[in-house]
Amino acid sequence: MHIVVDLNRCQGYAQCVFLAHQIFRLSGDEALTYEPNPDDARRLQVQRAAAACPVQAIMIDRQDDAERGAA
Amino acid sequence: MVEETPWQQALRYANRANPYPFYAELRKTPVARQPDGTYVVSTYREIVALLHDPRVSSDIRKIRQATTTDAEQEAGASEDVISLEPNIITSDPPEHDHDRRLMTRHFYGPQDAPHQISDLEPEIGRVVAGLLDAMRDQTRIDVVDEFAYPLPVTLISKILGVPLKDEPRFHAWIETALNALDFGPEAISEELQSQLEGGRQGVRELKRFIAELLDTYAKQPGPGMLSAMVHDDGREGHMSEGVLLSNALLLLFAGHETTVNLIAHSVLTLLRHPDALQKLRRRPELIVPGVEELLRYESSVQFWHTRSAVEDIEIAGTLIPQGSPIFLVYGSGNRDPERFANPDELDLERPDNQHLGFSQGIHFCFGAPLARLEVQAAVGEFVRRVENPRLVVDPPPYRHNQIFRGPRHVLVDIDGIRD
Amino acid sequence: MTLSATLAELVRDFKANGRIVIVGASLAGLRAAEALRGEGFAGSLTIIGDEPYEPYDRPPLSKQVLKGWVQADHTQLPRFQELDADWRLGLAAVGLDRATRQVRLANGEQVPYDRLLIATGTRARQWPNPAEAALEGVYSIRSRDDAERLQQALMAGPSRVLVIGAGFIGSEVASVCRDLDIPVTVTERGPAPLIGALGGVIGEIAAEMQRDHGVDLRCRVGVSSLEGDAGGHVRRARLSDGTTIEADVVLASLGSVRNVEWLEGSGLAAGFWGVGCDAGGRAFDINGVTTDTVYVAGDVARAPHVLYEYQFLAMEHWDNAVFGAEVAAHNMVNLEPGYRPHLLLPGFWSGQFGVNIKSVGVPPFGDEIVFTQGSIKERRFAAAYGRRGRIVAAVTFDHGKWLQYYAELIERSAPFPPPPPGWDRPDVMKPIPAEFPEPGVPTAIPDVVLTGHDPNERRAEFRPRDRPS
Repeated sequence: MHIVVDLNRCQGYAQCVFLAHQIFRLSGDEALTYEPNPDDARRLQVQRAAAACPVQAIMIDRQDDAERGAA
Repeated sequence: MVEETPWQQALRYANRANPYPFYAELRKTPVARQPDGTYVVSTYREIVALLHDPRVSSDIRKIRQATTTDAEQEAGASEDVISLEPNIITSDPPEHDHDRRLMTRHFYGPQDAPHQISDLEPEIGRVVAGLLDAMRDQTRIDVVDEFAYPLPVTLISKILGVPLKDEPRFHAWIETALNALDFGPEAISEELQSQLEGGRQGVRELKRFIAELLDTYAKQPGPGMLSAMVHDDGREGHMSEGVLLSNALLLLFAGHETTVNLIAHSVLTLLRHPDALQKLRRRPELIVPGVEELLRYESSVQFWHTRSAVEDIEIAGTLIPQGSPIFLVYGSGNRDPERFANPDELDLERPDNQHLGFSQGIHFCFGAPLARLEVQAAVGEFVRRVENPRLVVDPPPYRHNQIFRGPRHVLVDIDGIRD
Repeated sequence: MTLSATLAELVRDFKANGRIVIVGASLAGLRAAEALRGEGFAGSLTIIGDEPYEPYDRPPLSKQVLKGWVQADHTQLPRFQELDADWRLGLAAVGLDRATRQVRLANGEQVPYDRLLIATGTRARQWPNPAEAALEGVYSIRSRDDAERLQQALMAGPSRVLVIGAGFIGSEVASVCRDLDIPVTVTERGPAPLIGALGGVIGEIAAEMQRDHGVDLRCRVGVSSLEGDAGGHVRRARLSDGTTIEADVVLASLGSVRNVEWLEGSGLAAGFWGVGCDAGGRAFDINGVTTDTVYVAGDVARAPHVLYEYQFLAMEHWDNAVFGAEVAAHNMVNLEPGYRPHLLLPGFWSGQFGVNIKSVGVPPFGDEIVFTQGSIKERRFAAAYGRRGRIVAAVTFDHGKWLQYYAELIERSAPFPPPPPGWDRPDVMKPIPAEFPEPGVPTAIPDVVLTGHDPNERRAEFRPRDRPS
């Protein structure tokens, strides 16, 4: 799966880190880094993290995206 | 008799089950001065702005005494009697930031892999399963006493290292303390006045209980976060005994009371919205966004009362004078039609649901991830396993407290419990 | 038929049958394509990109990718819309003929359009000496491939990394090196790191931060030459102060160059600072006249900004790419009065040395700075930038939760200095000069630049200046 975090919006609440520390990490108190293309097996965790973001900065691709392959 | 403001009406016990029409009235004046000098903020935009405004203090000691009423001075005096140091909800930076950082490490685990709360998921599942299993032979259940309460209290006790055998004691103290707190016109009623001393006594007992527990752990390390905090290596600085005690109290109390209300309200709300309930049965994955909507729809913390203006603040055409208490009404902001389309409708898939159920800014709910995991598991399994649940009484009886608003009982008739 | 009905019919017809070409298959290109489909555009959509990859996100490259946590090919951007697009990846656009409305590709193919979006972004400025730049071990970082190569070089355990240029990318790479316990030297021609974007006062704090983390930081020093061994691998650098640095990995982080060369002869207002356009993303021609068919978004766009005296602003920022693309896409398939403006308050972030640096507004527009919250010593603070008594920007170090307060002040052009906070006051709260370098002082170019009022940029157009790092 593919995700992106709008780090302009991110305020470092770290809710994603607490719910899915395999995908989201803090460097220091506030600087967020993450795995942009996590394994599909982590989808539930990632969805939980995205739902929990107080500023809704985590965006996930469409699960049923049929148009993955570019020409 | 002077007519009561929408805020005062919203606070009346008779309106506890449905304060929302009064909130709608209140939002016509986004920042509304009350007769006692409190500024009540009810619109989403203004609440968010003040949550991020460094001219707002959360330290209750900074509220100018001159503006408070007798009842509040009384409440202030009782704080003095009980003499608690500020905890992370009632302190400002830099103390707040430091204390919260330290607590975060003990609650969630090391900064590079804070796994402790997410690791609890299987245990949360086991507790939920056990509670539902225990209802197998019943035709009527109380969602509050048999389901919503036992889950979070079991978990927070384990996390903190508070013996579960003491639960009946601390539960009673918290209950009396909560019942004695009132911000509305009924604060001066005889009934409330008669409970004040009991409430104070509850806090004193709770304080003594936690202090003794911390002492025990100081002598002999044990399991859980409290012992770990007592034996903190100090690499992030020192937390005084008094501050540690205040925060331990806060963790125990806030670590379950708000979650109880959220689970109870969630079940109640879903039973009132059969379409949403059906949808959740069909698509169990909607529990994740669904809990966000439930947090918006019935916020466990309706407002917060310790903030004040450290200097004059002009907002939404109103000047909040220095020293004035500021109440931010999350429960109203979450129903603000300027921010949420059709705010009084329940939409489990609501897009852009940036609700205030856990507040925002530096005082964002400390235990939110734990609460989310608990409520997702509890409500998800309730919906899946409980056969044909029907509300017996609607609206149900509510607890007295206005901030931590929730039903006292939610009686539900059921046909059985699925595996 | 009334005029408005005719216009509505035009829009409907274009949405059904129009041909749109997007040049640039990165963040702005992708988001524009999605926005076009979201607007109901059902015509043909062609996306041209010079890299062979589907759109990917660049900010992770200099952070988690370089650190070795995330693979470079794990940076693909999520998709939010069905695109049904004709992707032409691995093929650069090399020319634009506005008379015949065709984009020429590197393979000679001509792609016709009714509406064109230019989203070609920027590339890393290369080390100016081609022979030295060709030495093995000399890197720049902009693309996925760049990041992968540099990451492998770091994994090999170099004896020392030399970072030339202490802008954001250079500083982030130095931070990763220290995380990996690799010795690193950073040279910066200006007096401090990050000075172009945040000024000398903040730069001084950034400098201390680097040194505390063991970076060998050398300011007011340039690299005169790079020297290789017999095998053609870089071994040392000679600095402008006469000293030498032994290093087997060199990163040239000299800022970026806007990808406008392919527009030569197109008659657009394209030059050193990018492609001029109005606040709706409509490109200006060389005379400063708005075109009706060509739009611009992302790093390559420069448009007048209402908050900054209508000066042209070029923003190499992530959300500028996203929102600029959305606005341009909307305007591509609508007509007046349905146009939307791109009124973004610029903002960026950078994670380095365990600190989250965030900013809103345009710091170099300010000439004074005041610390407003927190502690400089502990590197957790907020500061505001002012100009003529108005707040124009703010920066935070590990204080991101407060930034939106300052953003609102900037949007309102509130007085500078802002009122003091109720607690956690910095030791000194007096405005002081922000110490931005004079224009023309050689340093890392900031990623937001005010480029004056002239949409035509004639000098840049006709007398392209060589800008050595």
